[in-house]
Amino acid sequence: MIITEKTRTGEYLSTVLKIILQRLALGLLTLFVVSILIFAAVNLLPGDFAQAILGQGATPEAVEAIRRDLGLDQPPITRYFQWLVGAVQGDLGNSFAQANFASFVGADSGNKASVAAQIAPRFWNTMFLAGVTALIAVPFSVLLGILAALYRNSAFDKFANMFTLSSISSPEFFLAYILILFLAVLNPVLPSLSNIYQGMGLGERLEKTLLPALTLTLVVTAHMMRMTRAAIINLLASPYIEMARLKGMSPMRVIVRHALPNALAPIINVVALNLAYLITGVVVVEVVFVYPGIGQLFVDSVKIRDIPVVQACCLIFAAAYILLNLTADIMSIVSNPRLRHPK
Amino acid sequence: MIGISRRGLLKSGAAAGVLAATGLPVFAQAKRGGRLRVALSGANTSDSWDGRTHSDIFMQAAAQGAVFDSLTEVAADGSLVGELATDWEASPDAKVWTFNLRQGVTFHNGKSFGADDVIESLQLHVAEGSKSAAQPLVGAITEMKKVTEHQVQFTLENGNADFPYLMSDYHLLIYPAGQIEEAIATGIGTGLYSVESFEPGVRFVGKRVDSHYKDGNFGWFDELEFIAVNDATARMNALMTGQVDTINRIDFKTEALLKANPMLRIQELTGNQHFTFPMLTDVAPFDNVNVRKALKYGVNRQEMVDKILQGHGRIGNDTPIGPANQYFAGDMEQLSYDPDKAKFHLKEAGLDSLDIDLSASSAAFAGAIDAAQLYQASAKTCGININVVQEPADGYWSNVWLKKPFSAAYWSGRATEDWMFSNAFEAGVPWNDSQWGAEDSERFQSLLIEARAELDSAKRREMYTEMQMILRDEGGVIIPMFANWVQALNNKVATPEVVGNLWQMDNARMAERWWMA
Repeated sequence: MIITEKTRTGEYLSTVLKIILQRLALGLLTLFVVSILIFAAVNLLPGDFAQAILGQGATPEAVEAIRRDLGLDQPPITRYFQWLVGAVQGDLGNSFAQANFASFVGADSGNKASVAAQIAPRFWNTMFLAGVTALIAVPFSVLLGILAALYRNSAFDKFANMFTLSSISSPEFFLAYILILFLAVLNPVLPSLSNIYQGMGLGERLEKTLLPALTLTLVVTAHMMRMTRAAIINLLASPYIEMARLKGMSPMRVIVRHALPNALAPIINVVALNLAYLITGVVVVEVVFVYPGIGQLFVDSVKIRDIPVVQACCLIFAAAYILLNLTADIMSIVSNPRLRHPK
Repeated sequence: MIGISRRGLLKSGAAAGVLAATGLPVFAQAKRGGRLRVALSGANTSDSWDGRTHSDIFMQAAAQGAVFDSLTEVAADGSLVGELATDWEASPDAKVWTFNLRQGVTFHNGKSFGADDVIESLQLHVAEGSKSAAQPLVGAITEMKKVTEHQVQFTLENGNADFPYLMSDYHLLIYPAGQIEEAIATGIGTGLYSVESFEPGVRFVGKRVDSHYKDGNFGWFDELEFIAVNDATARMNALMTGQVDTINRIDFKTEALLKANPMLRIQELTGNQHFTFPMLTDVAPFDNVNVRKALKYGVNRQEMVDKILQGHGRIGNDTPIGPANQYFAGDMEQLSYDPDKAKFHLKEAGLDSLDIDLSASSAAFAGAIDAAQLYQASAKTCGININVVQEPADGYWSNVWLKKPFSAAYWSGRATEDWMFSNAFEAGVPWNDSQWGAEDSERFQSLLIEARAELDSAKRREMYTEMQMILRDEGGVIIPMFANWVQALNNKVATPEVVGNLWQMDNARMAERWWMA
């Protein structure tokens, strides 16, 4: 008996491992395709880094000089493969803006020019914002979903649905400005500028991050809340729920103890997708609140056609989606005994 | 000390150099203390303390306006004063310039300032492969000589009466000799504020140095905080919610809200920034001076100021010389919208009507496409059919400007007449955006050379006035409007009565000149 149990666990582990490896391999392929698409797209845009950075002062000689310095005079396919060879070895290349600056100074500015060094602090800022948002949004929307399921079709349920649906339907910058209006201008409780910087205390950092986090919360709540509500309501018709109710359990207890665990798989799926959105969808919110995250860097880099930085940002966005999707699948397998013990 | 005159600013109109709309007059005495918090646009992740790369207000204000000094400085009233130089003298042909340097000045790292620092800092701009924007300025110096520890002598290729003015350019920062790389990496200058922290494209924090040669005159704040906010709405929000004390470039759309707030005030100054429609004078039909004249009379300048700048500017007279220039001919007769004259000149050119393309894009200046359409409407009455071609903003300066026969553009202006003219109107220079050739503009070109080496201010005024007239009557660039610098501040901050109009934010020196009320 014990032996069988062990074998089963082993089988289960190897199945999960196989899925993970398969998905990771597919993920790498996706990243490769994404990198080609982005590279092609940025190259199709009119203008290049040299023209963008020189602006009105662009003389043909200066444009030529910068292109030569950065290797932009080579055909796109050559440049792509040079980048790819570096990227495979973990070298994402040098930011054009920084490399151009280094050639200005006439000195090698060393690591500073590397894309990784430029993105790292911005990436952690974005992760911080995503983390704060997730801490607020996930419990809030699951709770809201449970309550909406509990009091379904009541005024509360309708209000919660209306509120979350209208906030997800509004553009992010609009939500951001509404929050600024109510929480920063009319009632000055929170700062409208989220200019966090290195060495800032955690308390102050949280205070400055709160408005963008609330904006993102409004954006992602609807999905998670409605999925929680739907998944629970779906189960409420099943016989075992009826049994629990017949035992005389309180409706809240029925939902939390009996319905919720079985509804977890779809909820986790939606939560993971929304977490991915928190990393990839922050661009507008970061720009509105002047939050120095990866989204703002991305916008700046597209503006000046800094291809290595754009590429790296896109890869990070794509990787976040792939990994969180993978996590969602693994979690739903783990939380579902039927998938955990395949026949 | 010769060659320096108080600029004829009062002559050039009340709008110049005087606070236009501040509401409250400031009489209070400046006092030390406080932290100035500023939200500024124009910041980039590639920003650094290298003056050669500076191109926008954020680094201009942080570097020349706070951490570094230059040899000379344009004061708020437009006059030229010494910064690291105390005084200077020219040879009669304006070719050899001797600068006496300030004594007892130290860099933030304790090194004392001397002639070597000046020479080595200037040489950065002409180093092999340098892409410095100030390369032409320093490139005109054939020899830099250290006479004594506190005296340097520059020999120029050709006489230039404006040379001390050029030394006030914000690219020409003075670094400590022998430590320039370190100074660029960490920001070591002789300015009033030392660098506390600097995150490119995000934030700069400065701390007042303990003792400084400007003590008692400038540098009232204990601390500075410059926050990079490129988005206009976010800047307005930051000011409205009291997170910063002052911002540059307000958003005209929400200006009314700002005005309604009694805690805030707007500062508006007309400087040299102007929006233009250059035509290539070597391409038909613009090679015909009568066609150019017809086009000059076919634009409704006042309407453009009212609708494109929403009143925040003044009409232009087809010369790039603005109220912040020394020899601005403000009393010269103004070109006006006159369909009859336009038709007359069209007939003179042997034409009944004219069909031309005008290339425009939002990259040229904000509202350039609308401005081109206004031009189209006003020119139609004059028998000129303008076809507005919308060009993509990306690559506009490389693909359209200087290439299409008639386009839209902007210039931020220059501190001196000669600098502006030799950048954009001298025959054969790369940015001569009307391709004005030597034969077409003989008188203008000879005056340009002559005025450059002339040290007598009265004679120069005469020459520069004549040049502005030539440009107005025959030039190939239509300059319908000068855009104001419009900035805002709250009532915690006080400013002197006269605020600089050469650049925005008191010539980017608000950190030196303003104080906590």
